[in-house]
Amino acid sequence: MGKIVKVSGPLVVATGMQDANMSDVVRVGEQRLIGEILNMTGDSASIQVYEETSGIGPGAEVVTTGTPLSVELGPGLLENIYDGIQRPLEGIMKVCGANIKRGVEVPALDREKKWDFVATAKVGDQVVGGDVIGTVQETSSTVHKIMVPIGMKGTISSITSGSFTVADVVATLTTEKGEKKDLTMMQKWPVRVGRPYKKKYPPHIPLSTGQRVIDTMFPVAKGGTAAVPGPFGAGKTVVQHAMAKWSDVDIVVYIGCGERGNEMTDVLREFPELIDPRTGETLMKRTVLIANTSDMPVAAREASVYTGITIGEYFRDMGYDVAVIADSTSRWAEALREMSGRLEEMPGEEGYPAYLASRLAQFYERAGMISCMGSDERQGSLTAIGAVSPPGGDLSEPVSQGTMRIVKVFWSLDSSLAYRRHFPAINWLNSHSLYIDSLKGWYDENLGPEYAKRRTWALATLQEEASLNEIVQLVGKDSLSADDQLTLEVARMVREDFLQQNAFVDIDSYSEYDRQNQMLGLIQDYETLCRAALKKHAKLYDLFEIDARVGIGRAKTVPADEYKSVYAKIHSDMEAQIAAIAEKGDED
Amino acid sequence: MIKEYKTIAEITGPLMVVRRVDGVTYDELVEIELPNDGGIRRGKVLEVNGDKAVVQLFEPSAGINLAQSKVRFLGHPLQLGVSGDMLGRVFSGMGDPIDGGPEILAEEYRDINGLAMNPAARNYPNEFIQTGISTIDGLNTLVRGQKLPIFSGSGLPHNQLAAQIARQAKVLDGESNFAVVFAAIGITFEESEYFVQEFRRTGAIDRTVLFINLANDPAVERISTPRMALTAAEYLAFEKNMHVLVILTDITNYAEALREVSAAKKEVPGRRGYPGYLYTDLATMYERAGRQLGKDGSITMIPILTMPEDDKTHPIPDLTGYITEGQIILSRELYRKNVLPPVDVLPSLSRLKDKGIGVGKTREDHAGTMNQLFAAYATGKENKELMSILGEAALTPTDLKFARFADEFEKRYVTQGQDDNRSITDTLDLGWELLSILPKTELKRIKPEFVDKYLPKEDKQ
Repeated sequence: MGKIVKVSGPLVVATGMQDANMSDVVRVGEQRLIGEILNMTGDSASIQVYEETSGIGPGAEVVTTGTPLSVELGPGLLENIYDGIQRPLEGIMKVCGANIKRGVEVPALDREKKWDFVATAKVGDQVVGGDVIGTVQETSSTVHKIMVPIGMKGTISSITSGSFTVADVVATLTTEKGEKKDLTMMQKWPVRVGRPYKKKYPPHIPLSTGQRVIDTMFPVAKGGTAAVPGPFGAGKTVVQHAMAKWSDVDIVVYIGCGERGNEMTDVLREFPELIDPRTGETLMKRTVLIANTSDMPVAAREASVYTGITIGEYFRDMGYDVAVIADSTSRWAEALREMSGRLEEMPGEEGYPAYLASRLAQFYERAGMISCMGSDERQGSLTAIGAVSPPGGDLSEPVSQGTMRIVKVFWSLDSSLAYRRHFPAINWLNSHSLYIDSLKGWYDENLGPEYAKRRTWALATLQEEASLNEIVQLVGKDSLSADDQLTLEVARMVREDFLQQNAFVDIDSYSEYDRQNQMLGLIQDYETLCRAALKKHAKLYDLFEIDARVGIGRAKTVPADEYKSVYAKIHSDMEAQIAAIAEKGDED
Repeated sequence: MIKEYKTIAEITGPLMVVRRVDGVTYDELVEIELPNDGGIRRGKVLEVNGDKAVVQLFEPSAGINLAQSKVRFLGHPLQLGVSGDMLGRVFSGMGDPIDGGPEILAEEYRDINGLAMNPAARNYPNEFIQTGISTIDGLNTLVRGQKLPIFSGSGLPHNQLAAQIARQAKVLDGESNFAVVFAAIGITFEESEYFVQEFRRTGAIDRTVLFINLANDPAVERISTPRMALTAAEYLAFEKNMHVLVILTDITNYAEALREVSAAKKEVPGRRGYPGYLYTDLATMYERAGRQLGKDGSITMIPILTMPEDDKTHPIPDLTGYITEGQIILSRELYRKNVLPPVDVLPSLSRLKDKGIGVGKTREDHAGTMNQLFAAYATGKENKELMSILGEAALTPTDLKFARFADEFEKRYVTQGQDDNRSITDTLDLGWELLSILPKTELKRIKPEFVDKYLPKEDKQ
């Protein structure tokens, strides 16, 4: 047991800590505030405290728990909202009302609630860490697999199905040495250590998000990493929310790290009402929320991304596809900077600690497509998507740079697009995805070889528009050739009729892959037909004004069950109308 | 028992070091008694290291004597006594009455730093507030419980805009139990007096609590002023069930005071010398706006800040924009053109607008027309730029219509008098009138049935 000698904001120094280990969680003062040891010199320890330290002074007691910062993993995680160190916010609200008081102790997993455990292993089975011994229907859309904790090995000597709490013993294991170990449905894992897996694979399946600019232009693979940087007001949060809503994954962990309270409330209130198009259940049933809003203590913000990704890894280990969405990693980096400053470490760039880039890399490297621990060949994936909030929108700052070096997909948000209300405001010239090549196999197989070509065509058209626009700025549109003017018009169609997507309109908020393919196909065919017609001397402006264009413009609002027939109709109308104009052109 | 010390070792700027202390805790309130006249100065404990306490003074250090002054540690953080009787009163930046009236009989003492609001206990803001200003109601809708700052520049009429919002703001359905909490942070007497007169003129003064820290008051006090105001606002909103509009002006002065203290503490500076924790610090104030489950009251916050050199990427507006739910940006260019209030609609934004508009709140066509007006104005402005380079001849007839739209939009939609209180229906109808300048086929962002229903029928002579 140690005694405090110094308090400076969230940093506390205590002496007499010879029994504590590095990175141990400690309890500080009478209020038993939660802290973590950062540094040790002799018997004195520097502790970052996850709660407000007001009222703590020298002489107060510090007790180590002897374990590093860990999360509880087991049934009850889903549909829950936690703070940065996995305290359940709904539970805290019941204890102390609308504001978060200090030193509240509520277990992360409800100890009272009973779950129906169905044993899938039998007595006498040889099991190792990671093997599934039973299941719990945690929510109507998700089966929670109960796994043998990592590192354990032996023979099951008893196992019972039935209704249990997370703390009840559901099975016992006899190890090779003959020791008996009780297994509960809950296990613990230290957040700063990645959970192990058997093997990692390069990602090769796209993560479908229903967002056209993402899926078609800059896709992310399951098990991949992506970053969304952008100045405020460019729509980072809307993109992140859309990803959380529509990604075709089994589990979503959404980390609100140092962001607005109302945004988390929005997710909390909205997700239970949104229906997942694949399971027919509400989205909340597959979601875990971690909320460390900007007014909550800064040290817990640092822990929140680790808490989130550890929970994500746990579900990945069950063989699920998981998306971990962190909004925003810049706030996390700022929390690192603040603690580093208080520890009086030598600052690196812009006051950030020198280890910023390696911490960022460690976080994103926990993503991946893996085969899970255990004897069956389960595969799971964890996709990490982080928002970056660069000060002043300037991407040269350390967090953006450190992130860009690691992530494979980069969705660059552009405030000038946002001002024009082009949403999602992802700039098609600055963004990139390095998964195009590895995903090509999947595209060719599932959507046909023309899909990848269409993407290349669309990006090339947009690129050409950018160069043509420079000429237009100088000499005006009229001096362009008819072909170039057509390119500009087609690029406008790609932007307005394809890339723009309104997250607040139900039909438009989600587009499946096939629909995206067909929409883009309409625009590409329009171009091909028009170019052919131009060769026959058709009038350019007549081509621009055909009725089918209105149909293309409204293609995104066609209900999901009708789009195939409607698009086919638009296509045939378009062919007929352009042919008519082309004929007239020849007569002139 | 409260101990007194006479062991001040050092005073530099707003920081004071007291030695040989015992039992002092972090963030405690400190009183320093002056030897000459028994006057009291206050401060708080920033750091305790063994028997040494570093104290940040809230008030000027003039008159403190290192050997003679007595230092008392009060065992609790800086508190504000709150009561329903605060309405109609004027307080100093430290929460003492300065209007000559009696002391407040506190119903409760509250830590001015407040406690973080549990996101699970928040209620999402979705109640439309009609401010009577088209650019806000129509395009950047304000809702109850929102924090929507005004980004302005020196010399721009942000005070008039804030006063107009305070005067005209109302919810559409009926009675409301409303109050205004106003915090003047380092502004001039004239600016502060303008608000006081405005509140008096409209009779709102009885529903207003004022906290005044003027430009000649000590800068260190400014760090407490907005927190005092927010503590009072929280009490009125969540204990007295009132709808509170909080106006904080000017946040730039606040951030500068924070920088001053940070520099005195010899902290590693972040961008432009502001402390690295400026974001967190601002967030702990802004996030106190909102609604709570099961409570009728709400806190809607309008912080005002002047952007140094009109630069939106300056740390103060930048970090504010990352926390608040949108921003209203004022433009010098529009102001010069005499477009009043000079709201620059394109970079302005209300993040919560989508939840506050539409059927049952404003009108079914609101969302579509809003997007269409934004897009059309953006295109129109681009075309005007092109026109100034290449001349009118380079533009197609449709392009010219957009350019005309942009002009008319500024002249009729953005421009409105200080006493012009437009209802939301007027604002929406005005929007349609302007949209009728454009070809009907360009109205892609509005559902066709709304175009048929609301677009004014063309008079063909």
